[in-house]
Amino acid sequence: MQWLADIGHNTIDTVRSFGRAFLMLVGAIIAKPQLIKNTPLTIKQIYVVGVQSLLIIIVSGLFIGMVMALQGYTILVDYGAEGSLGPMVALSLLRELGPVVTALLFAGRAGSALTAEIGLMKATEQLSSLEMMAVDPLRRVVAPRLWAGIISMPMLALIFSAVGILGGHIVGVDWLGVDAGSYWSIMQSSVDWDKDIVNGIIKTFVFAFVITWIAIFKGYDSIPTSEGISKATTETVVFSSLAVLGLDFILTALMFGIE
Amino acid sequence: MENLLEIDNLTFSRSGRVLYDDISLRIVKGKTTAIMGPSGIGKTTMLRLIGGQLKPDSGDIRFKGESIQDMSRNRLFTVRRQMSMLFQSGALFTDMTVYDNIAFPLREHTKLSESVIKTIVLLKLQAVGLRGAAHLMPAELSGGMARRAALARAIALDPELIMYDEPFGGQDPISMGVLVKLIKALNDALQLTSIVVTHDVTEVLTIADYIYILAEKKVIGSGTPEQIKQSDSPLVQQFLNGEADGPVPFHYPADKLENAFLGVK
Repeated sequence: MQWLADIGHNTIDTVRSFGRAFLMLVGAIIAKPQLIKNTPLTIKQIYVVGVQSLLIIIVSGLFIGMVMALQGYTILVDYGAEGSLGPMVALSLLRELGPVVTALLFAGRAGSALTAEIGLMKATEQLSSLEMMAVDPLRRVVAPRLWAGIISMPMLALIFSAVGILGGHIVGVDWLGVDAGSYWSIMQSSVDWDKDIVNGIIKTFVFAFVITWIAIFKGYDSIPTSEGISKATTETVVFSSLAVLGLDFILTALMFGIE
Repeated sequence: MENLLEIDNLTFSRSGRVLYDDISLRIVKGKTTAIMGPSGIGKTTMLRLIGGQLKPDSGDIRFKGESIQDMSRNRLFTVRRQMSMLFQSGALFTDMTVYDNIAFPLREHTKLSESVIKTIVLLKLQAVGLRGAAHLMPAELSGGMARRAALARAIALDPELIMYDEPFGGQDPISMGVLVKLIKALNDALQLTSIVVTHDVTEVLTIADYIYILAEKKVIGSGTPEQIKQSDSPLVQQFLNGEADGPVPFHYPADKLENAFLGVK
C-alpha cells in the first residue's frame, strides 16, 4: 500500500506547488504597479534576459536557416521546384522553428539563469532582507523579470526567423544559385500576415509567459541549498522544454488544424 | 520600563519538530537583549517570528502592543519600517554597490532627493568606517566589511528595533571587536532597542543589558549578565563554560555502540 500513499503524496505536492505558482503569479501581476520604480528594473532585466541572449539566438537562427536551405534545395531541385526554397524556409521558421527553437534556447539560456539567480537570492537571504525592509519581493524581484521575459522572447523569436531567412538566402541564393527574385517574391506571396506571422507571434507570447513563469517560480520556490538550486535549475529547463513542445502541438492544432 | 516587544506563551513547530514550547520574553525599549542558546534550537527562527515572516502555532507576539501575527500584509510592511534586521550573511544585494545597498531602503520608502540620500548614506558609512568602500561591490568586501555595510543599511531608516542574527559568527578577532564596538556605540547614540541572537558568550556579555538562554524548547535562564554568570542551572553553566558534555549531551541520541556493531536492533 506504500506505493498508493506515495502516489497520493506526490499528487498533493504537485497540486500544492501549482497553487503556490499561481499565487506567486497573481502577486506579481496584481502587485500595485509602480511605473517609475519598476520601469528601470524591467528595462535592466530585458537587457539581461533579452539582449544578452541575442548572440545565441542570432547564431542559431543563421545556422538553422542555412541547414534548412541546404536540405530543402536537395529535395526541391529534383522536382525543379528550387524557386520555392524561400517560402519553405520562411514558413518553417515563422510558423514552427522560430517560436519553438527560440523558446528552447531561451529556456536554456535565460530561464536557467533566472532560476539560479532567484534561488541564490533566496539562499543568501536577499529575498528575506527585502521582506524585512518592507519591500515586496514579488514586486521588486519577480514582476520585472516576468515582464522582461514576456517582452523579450517574442522579439528574439522574430530576430531568429529573420536571421534564419537570411541564412537560407546565403546558402540557397549566394551559394547554390537559386534566383534571388524568386526566393523573395514567392516568399512574399506565400507568407500570410495573419495565418503565419501573427500566429507565430501568439505562440511566442504563450511560450515566453510559460517559460518565464516556470523559471521564476522554480527559483522562488527552490530549497535554498546548492543541491536545491541545482535541482530547480534543471527542472526549469526540463519542464519549460516539455511545456513548450506540448503547447506547440496544442496551439498548432488550434491555429492550423484541419477543419 | 516600557516594553517594545512582548512575546507570550509562544509555541512554534516546523516539519513536525517543536522549536518553542510555551515561552515568553520581554524586550525592553532602549536596551540590548541577547537571545542565546546552542546551535539548532531556532534562534534565527525567533527573529523571523518577530519580523512576521513566520507565524506561531499559538501565543502572541506584540510590537508596541500590536499583535504581529494578526496584522494584514500592508500593516506588517508598515510596521517593518520601524524594525530592521542584520542577517547572518549580511544579505547585501549583490548587483548593487555598497552605496546603492545603503541607499536602497531610503529610495524605496522615502521621497528624499538624491543629494539628501547621498548625505545620509555617507554618514551611515562613516559611522561603520566604510565611507571609502562606497563604490565597491559586495563581492569585493571581506566578511567583516560586508557585515558592517549591512549594518549601515540596517540603520539607514533609523529604525526603533534592530535584530542582529549571529553578528559575530565567523569573524576574526579584529572584525569581532569592531562589530562589538559598533553595536554598542550605535545603541548608545541612537537609543535603539536591540535583539542580538548569538552563541558568542564573551562578546554578548559585554554588550547585553539582559539575556535569555534558550534550550530544550524553553527559556532555561534569563537575567542581567551578572545574574546569568551566577546561575546555578547546570544547563546554563555548560553553555557559558563551553563544556563538551553535560545536560546537552555530546552524542546525538543513538543505540549502544556494541549493538550497532553486532547488528542488534
